[in-house]
Amino acid sequence: MRVLVCVKRVPMTGGTIVLTDDDRAIETRHLGFTISPHEECGVEEAVRLVEANGGESVVLTLGPTEAEEQLRDAMAIGADRATHVVTDGQEWDPQATASAILEAIRDDEAANGPFDLVVFGNESADAGNFQVGIRVAHALERPVATGLKALTVDGGMARCEQETAGGRDVYVLQLPAVVTVKEGLNLPRYPSVPGRLRAQRKPIETRTPERPAPRLAMARLVVPEGEGKQAEVLGEGAAAAPRVVEVLREIGVLA
Amino acid sequence: MTALVYLEQTDGAVDEPSLQAATMASSLGGGAEVHAVVAADTAALAPAGPLPVDAVQVAVHEAFGSYAPLAVAEAVVELAGRLGATCVVGPGTERGNEVLAHVAALLDLPLAANCVAVADGGVTRVRWGGSLLEEARVDAPTLLLTVQPHAVAAEPGAGDPPSVETFTPTLSDAALALRVVERVGAATGGVSLADARVVVSGGRGAGSEEGFAPIEELAELLEAAVGCSRAVTMAGWRPHTDQVGQTGTKIAPEIYIACGISGATQHMAGCKGAKRILAINADREAPILQSADYAVIGDLHEVVPAISAAIRAARSG
Repeated sequence: MRVLVCVKRVPMTGGTIVLTDDDRAIETRHLGFTISPHEECGVEEAVRLVEANGGESVVLTLGPTEAEEQLRDAMAIGADRATHVVTDGQEWDPQATASAILEAIRDDEAANGPFDLVVFGNESADAGNFQVGIRVAHALERPVATGLKALTVDGGMARCEQETAGGRDVYVLQLPAVVTVKEGLNLPRYPSVPGRLRAQRKPIETRTPERPAPRLAMARLVVPEGEGKQAEVLGEGAAAAPRVVEVLREIGVLA
Repeated sequence: MTALVYLEQTDGAVDEPSLQAATMASSLGGGAEVHAVVAADTAALAPAGPLPVDAVQVAVHEAFGSYAPLAVAEAVVELAGRLGATCVVGPGTERGNEVLAHVAALLDLPLAANCVAVADGGVTRVRWGGSLLEEARVDAPTLLLTVQPHAVAAEPGAGDPPSVETFTPTLSDAALALRVVERVGAATGGVSLADARVVVSGGRGAGSEEGFAPIEELAELLEAAVGCSRAVTMAGWRPHTDQVGQTGTKIAPEIYIACGISGATQHMAGCKGAKRILAINADREAPILQSADYAVIGDLHEVVPAISAAIRAARSG
């Protein structure tokens, strides 16, 4: 089977978010980057599906030149090749992102046949727009199930389990289909050293479409005001225990 | 000017995030008339009681006997077209975002998800699970948005209850095929993380899978749920179902006891709903101390067993 997984490069923000001087981006000079968490599980799932069923897994990203790092990471854990829609670092809105991904999918499918499954994260860690996968599914006229915590592919059908408050809802989709997944779907493996070396030799196709004018246009970012809290220190080490018990009593969680 | 708000219901009662979405829709100004739409497999499931809307339209179709996201979206689009709606609003829940994303794809319009405020042609929406806000302009003849849960307080409707009408939406074959076919119950046993009154969590400071023993002991004494940070699930020490955070479970306990957790934005996005936070951390400079109400400075392997011992002593004394 052929599986495409779409990933986004996002900064690892750590404890506090600091903005650039123009308030239009996160200051990332001192930050590392990663694949957005839900999508890390998407990559692992794509690799496992191809390990079990044979075929090919392809990883795609839309992002700056530096996002090659995330494509190499995905190929290090087993994706076979990559497509990089290269941007100049400006953010693309969800509609523009979906359109560029759609064009890349159409070109790949024209050359290699349809993807049985196109995998997205349920939402990106940074922008959290909750819509790119659904837009691509509509454009491809394929069914889409979202927020998956379990996925089984068998006999041309995908059994999709979506987490809900009281349990899980199950959809059965006919392939080809689109799914959006969540962290917890699986535990992604760490890339091995030979895997990293192999990833250096795997092919990356680059594309450089024009960025359309955004219809959801970010004007500026704002760090929400903290509650100005500074924790009341109850004590140090084991000696603090009696004071902790007092507090638990005061707030009524300890009889 | 007409606004349309999509409401989610449980057993005939409108869910709280949907009431908040209706409240924001009714505050959009310009004397907008606000219509609500609900999807049900029988007209008897029209919401009862006051709502902050002028009219309720019940989309009735047997397809709505189980959740069918695209079918709901097609019903919303049909009604929005008939009403000439200039704004379509939904709750910023998993399903609300899913339905509105389908609506946006059907109409090829932008969607602003998880908004906390709306003003002339612009929205303020959350990023990073609430750790950052974005002010954005939306270029569209019809504004599509979802409302971040708890961003506005739900107001009950004033005056007469809204009028209720029903309609039968025209649904595509694709919409009829995309529906929940089975429900699997959650594993039971223990206290549910999302609903727990007390949560005791461990982070990287726990050191290992075995390092959670004192955390589990304290949790048992407090009838609390055990949680953990993302670093812990990535290390394989605890299952992902225990993870508190932006990509894990969102919790809202009376007190959250965070042991050996530094307080990365990813984690704090999951415990914003906690009434109080007690941080137990060896590092006085840990970011979590900026968000916590109480702190104990020290190694959790020393502090947590001492708290358990003190609780036992207090109970037997």
